[in-house]
Amino acid sequence: MSDLYTINKSPFEKNSLDSALKFSKAGTAVLLYEDAVYAAVKGTAVEEQIKAAMGDKKVYALGPDLAARGIAEDRVIDGVELVDYTGFVDLVEANDKVQAWV
Amino acid sequence: MKLAVQVNEGPYQHQASDSAYMFTKAALEKGHEVFRVFFYHDGVNNGTRMTTPPQDDRHVVNRWVELAEKYDLDLVICVAAAQRRGIVDEGEAERNGKDGTNIADKFRISGLGQLIEAAIQCDRTVVFGD
Repeated sequence: MSDLYTINKSPFEKNSLDSALKFSKAGTAVLLYEDAVYAAVKGTAVEEQIKAAMGDKKVYALGPDLAARGIAEDRVIDGVELVDYTGFVDLVEANDKVQAWV
Repeated sequence: MKLAVQVNEGPYQHQASDSAYMFTKAALEKGHEVFRVFFYHDGVNNGTRMTTPPQDDRHVVNRWVELAEKYDLDLVICVAAAQRRGIVDEGEAERNGKDGTNIADKFRISGLGQLIEAAIQCDRTVVFGD
C-alpha cells in the first residue's frame, strides 16, 4: 500500500508541504506541482526538509510547472525526479491512493 | 485504470482547471478511462458557454468541451454550487424562474451524489484546487 501526496502550494505561502510530510509514511510518493515546485529549488529554506524527506520517500516535481515559472532543471535539488503530465498519470496509477494537500 | 477527477477552482483564477485539464488529457491519451469530471465550488465556472477570453489566450471552457466530444466525457457541475454562481441549464432555469441558460454543451448539472458515485466506481479520485 502506497500513497501519492500531491502538493500545489509554495512552501513560502502555505504549510501544506509541512503537513503532508508530517503525515507521510516511508514509501509515500510526493508530487510537487503548480506553485509547490518552488519547494524543489536548490538553496531555499526548505531544501534540507526536502532532502530529509527523500531519505525514505520519493519526491517528484512537475516539469511543465517548473518551466512555466522559469526554473531551469539544473536548479532542482538532486534526487527530485521530474515528471510531465503523463508521468503524473503514471504516479496516480502506481500508488493506491491519491491525497491532495491544499 | 478508471479515474474520477474533481475540479474545485474557476478558470483564469487558479491553475487548478488547467492542471486538471492537462492531467485528464494525458490520462485519456494513455488509454485510461475517465469516468467523470466533477466541477465543484468555483469550479462550476468552467462550464459556462458565455466565456470569451482574448483570442490569443486558451479557451478553458471550449477545451473541456472538445475533450468531452473526443472521448465522450461526463462533465458534471454541482447543482448547489451552480445555483449560487448562476450556472443555469434549462431545468434550472425553469425551476428557479430564470430568463435564460448559460451552460456549455457537454456539461450537465447534477448533485454531489455523482461525485460520491464516481469515487466508489473509480480506482482513483484526483482532486485539483484548494
